[in-house]
Amino acid sequence: MPTSLKKPPLPSDDKRWRIVNGTMRRHGFARDALIETLHTVQEYFGYLDKPALKFVAESLRVPLSQAYGVATFYHYFTLKPPGKHTCLVCLGTACYIKGASQLLAAAEQSLNIKAGETTIDGNVSLVSARCIGSCSMAPALIFDGETAANVTEPVLRGKLEGWKD
Amino acid sequence: MTLEELEQIASEARAAKEKSPCELNVCVAAGCLSLHSDAIKAALEKEVQSKGANCRVRGTGCMGLCSLGPLVSSEPEGVLLKKVAESDAAEIVANLDQGTPERLRCSKEQPFFQRQTSIVLENSGRVDPEKIEEYIAAEGYQALVQALTETTPAQIVQEVSKSGLRGRGGAGYPTGLKWGTVAKTGGATKYVICNADEGDPGAFMDRSVLESDPHRVLEGMLIAGYAVGASHGYIYVRAEYPLAIKRLGTAIRESRRLGFLGSQICNTKFSFDIEIRIGGGAFVCGEETALIASIEGRRGTPRPRPPFPAQSGLWDMPTLINNVETYANIPTILRRGGEWYASLGSKKSKGTKVFALCGKVKNVGLIEVPMGMTLRQIIFEIGGGVPEGRTFKAVQTGGPSGGCIPEQFLDLPVDYESLKEVGSIMGSGGMIVMDDSACMVNVARYFMEFCMSESCGKCIPCRAGTAQMFELLTRMTDGTATPHDLELLEELCEMVSSTSLCGLGQSAPNPVISTLRYFRDEYTEHIVQKRCRAGVCECGSVAEVSA
Repeated sequence: MPTSLKKPPLPSDDKRWRIVNGTMRRHGFARDALIETLHTVQEYFGYLDKPALKFVAESLRVPLSQAYGVATFYHYFTLKPPGKHTCLVCLGTACYIKGASQLLAAAEQSLNIKAGETTIDGNVSLVSARCIGSCSMAPALIFDGETAANVTEPVLRGKLEGWKD
Repeated sequence: MTLEELEQIASEARAAKEKSPCELNVCVAAGCLSLHSDAIKAALEKEVQSKGANCRVRGTGCMGLCSLGPLVSSEPEGVLLKKVAESDAAEIVANLDQGTPERLRCSKEQPFFQRQTSIVLENSGRVDPEKIEEYIAAEGYQALVQALTETTPAQIVQEVSKSGLRGRGGAGYPTGLKWGTVAKTGGATKYVICNADEGDPGAFMDRSVLESDPHRVLEGMLIAGYAVGASHGYIYVRAEYPLAIKRLGTAIRESRRLGFLGSQICNTKFSFDIEIRIGGGAFVCGEETALIASIEGRRGTPRPRPPFPAQSGLWDMPTLINNVETYANIPTILRRGGEWYASLGSKKSKGTKVFALCGKVKNVGLIEVPMGMTLRQIIFEIGGGVPEGRTFKAVQTGGPSGGCIPEQFLDLPVDYESLKEVGSIMGSGGMIVMDDSACMVNVARYFMEFCMSESCGKCIPCRAGTAQMFELLTRMTDGTATPHDLELLEELCEMVSSTSLCGLGQSAPNPVISTLRYFRDEYTEHIVQKRCRAGVCECGSVAEVSA
């Protein structure tokens, strides 16, 4: 494989692109680094947009269709920017048995959006997860990266209310 | 590294412990951590410092009884403290000599602790997962050094075969046989993969092992690498487990530092290194060929087998792929011998199994029991039964590929064969207890929704079949189904399970089949009388029991 192929320029002078580049370099710009690199992009930018996918695909010499395919196949990746806050409702079996679907319905009603959407003002994203492995604390939710145990509807509503303004 | 050097590190770690025997161990695994056990640890440290107490505060892994967390254990007395709060720190430290406050004490005499046998979890809650020396002090890496310096790869495969260990990921394939196949397959490059893509909802065993005792998994993989002749390993972890990823990263660095990973390990010709690959949240990636596709950076779609990964796996090379718990058993098996391991468990299922006991059960947490223990012992003795005066209805094992086991089988010994006989599977070890407030049709619909959205879409029976079954089950739960729909559902179950490409599709109908087998009344009630006895579904008429 020719190694002298020119790498595409960084999409902007945003320093985070150098971190993304670093991940690819660590893997020797091998094609199998695609998922790892997309993880880095999402970690630093919060989501995968078109320029990001194009940049990663060109750098690793994979077809854009493959990069897009991977980005949409895995639930963890998102193509839309997340809200300022994120409320994640676990819908694993243990949580479901203990009423997680009612909690999700309450969150949907309180925020007036469906799971997987972000409020129009970009304040809160509501996501559901398959299982976050916190089954001993069911029903469990994650508010902005922090796991909350044995959540009740009033607690959830209170938390969402606190994020407003 | 020689055995003597290893013993040197171990004795230094033990000496440090003897110097200040008083220890406060705070559980910093995911369960307790989400109840802010890190703040409790900080508060205890501050208190110990300000009082000048001769006591070490350590962060350790999971202590098992997650429902009473955050847990702190006080050594050397071995007292367990439950539901500890930051504000308790002063009282705990002040009473170190006179014994810990009575109201915080959690008895270790209860069946939850007494009925367990720890192999995989032997270090959980005892060693600091971020310190390799503590693992070494607990006889860690001894099996590896001994294996490399004193035995041949063939002897190791033989020992593992003798132990009767079977794959803990769910299918129960004999581990020794799998290792033997990879070892015999020719090829200069081979790979060892650890499947830590614990996707079953309601299962958190692997997460806990990785967070509480990561070195045990690394040691198991290293021994596997030596036994099959591989020089590179991958651990495929779910992105949803950031703490496990972090601790694994630390463990790999520490292990490299002491020369357990790298080239010419223990001055032998054996070289091995391990890389972490982070999953993308796709359930199908628990299937081995899909997982391999994902490590190769592609969409996680399975391919037909044969060829099995043992012959042609990662980058078409012979690949050994085992689950976290399987690897975690290996160091102990080698240290204590295959025969010893085979003396535990039932006739065809040897050793112990870790279960994540959750749902409507009093003692929620992580347990490890010998194979062959009955469901009744697990749920009612260890688990403490169903809380709030409700009655037991069913226990779900095996996640979306498993089934619901009703009360009549509570005295069933838990092993691979018996669970299969009653229409469920061992699976990775999630055990979700359901009481009379659960509707079985709704539960079946829940799992079907899961399989439908997790289907990778490669083969039609799974992609379209799960969607059709979900549609039929939805009609049942909202009260618009006809008796013909039930016939159609059963027909589809048969079709999807016999024609799907991979395990996901083949087992997707299991929750429906098992609930139809034991709770058919509930289905007919939903269809004919438009009634849900648990009051979960809104299918028309008044509920008998309110949730």
